[in-house]
Amino acid sequence: MPGMPWPLPWPFDTTYMQLALIAGVAVGASAPLIGTFLVQKRLSLLGDGIGHVAVAGIGAGLLFGTSPTWTALIVAVVAALALEWLRSRGRTSGDLALALFFYGGIAAGVVLAGRSATNTNLQPYLFGSILTVTEGDVYTVVALAALIIVSIALTRRGLLAVVLDEDAARVAGIPVGALNALLAALTAVTVASAMRVTGVLLIAALMVLPVATSRVAARSFRATTVGAATVGVVAVVLGLAAARQWALAAGGAIVLVTLALFAVASIAAPLRRGGAADDAATLLSGPG
Amino acid sequence: MRTSVPAPVLSVDGVSFAFGPQQVLDDVTMEMAPGEFTALVGPNGAGKSTLLRIVLGLLAPQTGRVELFGSSPRRLRDRWRLGYVPQRPRLAPDLPATVEEVVAAGRLAKQGWWRRARPADREAVAHALESVALGGLRSQRVTELSGGQQQRVLIAKALVCEPELLILDEPIAGVDAQAQRLFRDSLVHLLREHGAAVLLVSHELGAVADDLDRVVVLRRRVVFDGKPGHLAATGVSLGVHRDDLPRWLEELSENGGA
Repeated sequence: MPGMPWPLPWPFDTTYMQLALIAGVAVGASAPLIGTFLVQKRLSLLGDGIGHVAVAGIGAGLLFGTSPTWTALIVAVVAALALEWLRSRGRTSGDLALALFFYGGIAAGVVLAGRSATNTNLQPYLFGSILTVTEGDVYTVVALAALIIVSIALTRRGLLAVVLDEDAARVAGIPVGALNALLAALTAVTVASAMRVTGVLLIAALMVLPVATSRVAARSFRATTVGAATVGVVAVVLGLAAARQWALAAGGAIVLVTLALFAVASIAAPLRRGGAADDAATLLSGPG
Repeated sequence: MRTSVPAPVLSVDGVSFAFGPQQVLDDVTMEMAPGEFTALVGPNGAGKSTLLRIVLGLLAPQTGRVELFGSSPRRLRDRWRLGYVPQRPRLAPDLPATVEEVVAAGRLAKQGWWRRARPADREAVAHALESVALGGLRSQRVTELSGGQQQRVLIAKALVCEPELLILDEPIAGVDAQAQRLFRDSLVHLLREHGAAVLLVSHELGAVADDLDRVVVLRRRVVFDGKPGHLAATGVSLGVHRDDLPRWLEELSENGGA
């Protein structure tokens, strides 16, 4: 299998690391873009929930011998739209509906995968296996990431207006329902694209933690978004390097690096502002 | 300010609404002419918020009809003609957005929500910020501003399309006297410079009491609709003290107003 046409220094000097790098950077750049809006809408855990539901799709893919990425994508998008529909009608406040979806999804996934004739297990999809991605996987991940980036680039103004005030956005004639549904669907696409990188159980971390890191320092929404994508990419590169160096599980290493970057930003930002007295609690809860 | 018999910017005709068995609005009728400055007042629970949501098209009336510029609120095509300032505490305390970004979001009704800003849009944002005296704070994170300043940001957000009807929901509740004066100046500027109609929904009138063309008092139905001078003739001053109005309303409705 051909690697990149140009040589890269360690740790990306082998084909499998180069494929992992491309897939990882695509996910690292795109997942936080969705996260910026989810965090502001107080839906930080939506990615986590949809990740659970996607397990049913993975199980179905394993059972029927098709690509789990595509079956997970279909199941996740349908579930995300259903959840958004329930949310918009104010029916998920008791969060029982969410629980039905999430646990139903993961239980169905385990049962379906258990019935599959092949010996494949769910583990690589639950926690990622970025170091074993194929060239075909990379094409899929890059295509899905491109879809996310282009969609956000086209709709970010409207999405920001919705995040600021849904009622005011409706009064201004912005299609709030359609944009909310799009954001939910893109969350599902992110889950499907990131499932080989961090796994469906850790993907929410890559959507949310870079945003938490970025907004410690950023003043504007634009800077928060761009900063979050940058943090996501840096975390993937450092996480992959750490995984190679110390033979760690790459998905987990990437998420731990993201957490470390958040910790560094939280400590460094008040020092840079000259207000060292600001403690981590203030940063976590935000200013004001 | 008014031309000869202009078409109303807002017309509410026989609107009723109930939440379950509780009647909130009962046969409410009112109109607003272009350029008119009207206050819709009433005590808490009088149905102001429900009427506001119906007028904005966020809620459908159960009976009766509402028209904004001659069309139903949900079918209005030129959405920029309607500006809306929500109650204050709508900005999330951890929102990473600049003053300019918040105001620019208000421009989307004219710009198109999917379009990038043109020079005219950027100028409109700068102008709106100047008109509420916040030009110097445009790059500031909006959550670092005081409550009164945040309120002015939301007013600039509503003004940035130069609407023909501006609707404000409780804009002066809990805002200090200086902020109220700045707020009043912005409104008067909008009325005089742009000829916009303003509907102020409030349970107090504060600094704007003297500038009003009309007062509509709501208590499930319209119990008073006329010039503020008329109200003064009843011996009750609006806006002197926030407790004045509700007490006066009690008397009015008990004395046959309702």
